[in-house]
Amino acid sequence: MAETQGGRPSVLKAKAGDAPHPSAPVVGKLRMRYAKRGRARFSSHRDIARTMEWTLRRAGVPVALSQGFSPHPRLSWIGAAPTGAASEAEYLEIGVTEHLDPAVVAREVDAVLPDGLAVIEVVPAGPGALADRIDTSVWEIETPGVPDDALAPAIEAFLAAPEVSVERVTKNGPKPLDVRAAVAELRLSLTRTDEPADADREDRARAATCGRLTAVVRHTTPAARPDDVCSALRAVAGLEFPEPNRATRWAQGRLDERGELIDPLAADRAAPTA
Amino acid sequence: MFESLEPLLPRVRKPVQYVGGERNAGTKPWGSVPVHWALCYPDAYEVGLPNQGLMILYEVLNERSDALAERTYAVWPDLAALMREHGVPQFTVDGHRPVGAFDVLGVSFATELGYTNLLSILDLAGIPLHAADRTTEHPLVLAGGHAAFNPEPIADFVDLVALGDGEEVVGDITDVVKAAKAEGLDRRATLERLAAVPGVYVPGLYEVTYGDDGAIAAVTPTSPAAPERVHKRTTSDLDDWPYPKKPLVPMAETVHERMSVEIFRGCTRGCRFCQAGMITRPVRERSPQGVGEMVEQGLKSSGYHEVGLLSLSSADHSGIGEIAKGLADRYEGTGTGLSLPSTRVDAFNVTLAEELTRSGRRSGLTFAPEGGSERLRKVINKMVSEEELIATVSTAYEHGWRQVKLYFMCGLPTETDEDVLQIASMAHEVIRAGRQAAGRGDVRATVSIGAFVPKPHTPFQWAGQTAPDVVDARLRKLREAINSDRSLGRNIGLRYHDGQPSLVEGLLSRGDRRIGRVIERAWREGQQFDGWSEHFSFERWVAAAESELEGVDLAWFTTRERGEHEVLPWDHLDSGLDRGWLWDDWQDALAAEEQDDCRWTPCFDCGVCPTMGTEIQMAPPGRPSLPLTPVEHRTSTPIRNPAFASSAPSTGGRDE
Ligand code: SF4
Repeated sequence: MAETQGGRPSVLKAKAGDAPHPSAPVVGKLRMRYAKRGRARFSSHRDIARTMEWTLRRAGVPVALSQGFSPHPRLSWIGAAPTGAASEAEYLEIGVTEHLDPAVVAREVDAVLPDGLAVIEVVPAGPGALADRIDTSVWEIETPGVPDDALAPAIEAFLAAPEVSVERVTKNGPKPLDVRAAVAELRLSLTRTDEPADADREDRARAATCGRLTAVVRHTTPAARPDDVCSALRAVAGLEFPEPNRATRWAQGRLDERGELIDPLAADRAAPTA
Repeated sequence: MFESLEPLLPRVRKPVQYVGGERNAGTKPWGSVPVHWALCYPDAYEVGLPNQGLMILYEVLNERSDALAERTYAVWPDLAALMREHGVPQFTVDGHRPVGAFDVLGVSFATELGYTNLLSILDLAGIPLHAADRTTEHPLVLAGGHAAFNPEPIADFVDLVALGDGEEVVGDITDVVKAAKAEGLDRRATLERLAAVPGVYVPGLYEVTYGDDGAIAAVTPTSPAAPERVHKRTTSDLDDWPYPKKPLVPMAETVHERMSVEIFRGCTRGCRFCQAGMITRPVRERSPQGVGEMVEQGLKSSGYHEVGLLSLSSADHSGIGEIAKGLADRYEGTGTGLSLPSTRVDAFNVTLAEELTRSGRRSGLTFAPEGGSERLRKVINKMVSEEELIATVSTAYEHGWRQVKLYFMCGLPTETDEDVLQIASMAHEVIRAGRQAAGRGDVRATVSIGAFVPKPHTPFQWAGQTAPDVVDARLRKLREAINSDRSLGRNIGLRYHDGQPSLVEGLLSRGDRRIGRVIERAWREGQQFDGWSEHFSFERWVAAAESELEGVDLAWFTTRERGEHEVLPWDHLDSGLDRGWLWDDWQDALAAEEQDDCRWTPCFDCGVCPTMGTEIQMAPPGRPSLPLTPVEHRTSTPIRNPAFASSAPSTGGRDE
């Protein structure tokens, strides 16, 4: 509406919050684990950030605002999954101005999220930075058109190689990325946990032509993404992927000396409530 | 059909725009209702999603128990190519259903620049481009929106046109389509029945003949079901239509990310260039109470932190002061922003802006004098004197604004180089006065200029459009004049686009049915997304006009002035304005005589109210301002969710 010629209306504009008035102090932080599923996997990090801001307002969560002329909500994001990838383990830290029951926040926010986004858990932040507890991701990558049988030898070749370099386009032009160095573990996902037992025949027929692999990937700069893992398999074993892969991040955390992933919210759950 | 679309999405730009799932959107089971509407905005999702008209109709239709409505938008070339390669048809973003399966495809044209995209959409949907080639199995293609007040250029491609406000007519169309399906009527019989619905025009039931001079000889109904003239629809009480109640909140980035409330419809300022003002008369205000409720509801269900109070000139609402103060009080300290479009150039605008910014930062304020010289402003009926403008702008600088934006048009009827050059002296004066008022030298002004395009149903519908090279030459001279004083010129920015796209817009605005072939040719040569400069090719349009028009040409449709008795392509479509009144207003324009606003002076008989049975509706004064109890001072919680207090889990609020 109001798309008028000439009468291009001038816009009187204001942000009530433009005033540097004192906004309420932060009394605590909440840490949220959320999932990005289904169609929502096509959203970018910016899309999710914007959506989450509005969602928190819909839910009535008293998010703290930064000071100054254009206050923005105090949300900190930890390494978002790339556009196109699903995730069961995304993390967000929210500064709040009131003490709230994390379980109620989880329920209220989940109820007003758009389809495909879901809250998994909310905990009060304990001591220490969340970012310090996350250095690794566990990815499952589905490869339509490339069955397990074809993946297996490629995985073997990849693991045997001292270095597998792929080209990554970054802001500063193409850069080589050693995917081998970033990958702590790469194997076929043998158990299909998310598949109902009575999956119909069509689904099973599809499974016969669609491989699945699990990759445990250390966070590097630039990050090695599921696409890079596939590119690395192509580079090392000439594997061609006729269709785009579908990736899901199952977990993030810190990889300990024994190669086990530590849940980043475990420490907060253990900490006495602030 | 999402499964067939999904594998294509990782290969395209911004795939999220194609997946739907917006907050407050929903789907109904296909078989649960007899009538299926696909609502289309023929531009990219990022432009189409925030469109209020489409959002309103989406909600109105989905509230009916006998209809469902889903949305579809133009698909960018990268995905369109993949869809063609893989046989994926044009789809709705709600249920990802093929558009070709719906009963009605309603397309909203805010501008004529969506016409080529209409063809892309029909083609991708597998719907024959020409209405004449469609059968009962194809959707009825319906055009609406402001551009549909002259739908003749797309008459071959659409089955139906809805004139005027859409809220009620979509219901009437639904009723007819439902009955027609139940009775098993064929397409022709269905269309004839629809032609009887007030506000509905069925182009296929009219024949257009042309005279030797190239102009239209007559437009004649070919069926007894088709009326001689089709009158627009007018929604009368806006408070009865508080839509959108639940604005769609997309995950994708869009051009307007805010909660919009239409505070009134129509405008009788009578700016002669403004089609929107002319075709939406009379003024119908929403009550301050109604506005307050909609803002509250909308913010709650969307979570947005910006509110837009929409209309053609929102500062003209009789209760705007009260509304602005009420909202500013209500949402103070919540980080909620308020904005409103205004075309006024007076002190009140500044007062209002002060209210909206309270103690905040005052960055820029915009005024639209539209015409460079006082004479020209009389021609276009934009009543503001240079003194008034300078005084207003000075007040703005005095109150802390550092920058003003000034909007003008170039290529207006009777305009000379001199009229345009006066923009430079006005801008110089603005800076001079601004420096004095602000007591500092760093005040700025930006001059934005758009090329004027004469539009149907306005007094300028007879005017010859100014050729793009004339416009471009005037603007070059203007730039020189602005910079002739280095000291003042360096504080003035000048923005304009080249004039060529406006000529195509002019062709599509005032064209007749012969332009359909030009549109189809341009589209076949690859033209689409006309509103995007990177996709627009003037040469392609010129070539299409040359190859498809006989006896008449691009200039005939655009730069030629029309005579009083020429049959205009839209004469049989009634916006309510009396043709005689429009002609007199055009003559007044040429004589630089102004026309008052009927909201504050007696009715000047433009014809709308008696023909349409409507009346001006001003919000009754003296009602309690906003239905909002003062909130306790809460500095961070914008919208308190009552569900927080109780333990009952709230529902997601999706309609099912
Ligand atoms: S008919 Fe009279 S009152 Fe109604 S819009 Fe026209 S001038 Fe105004």
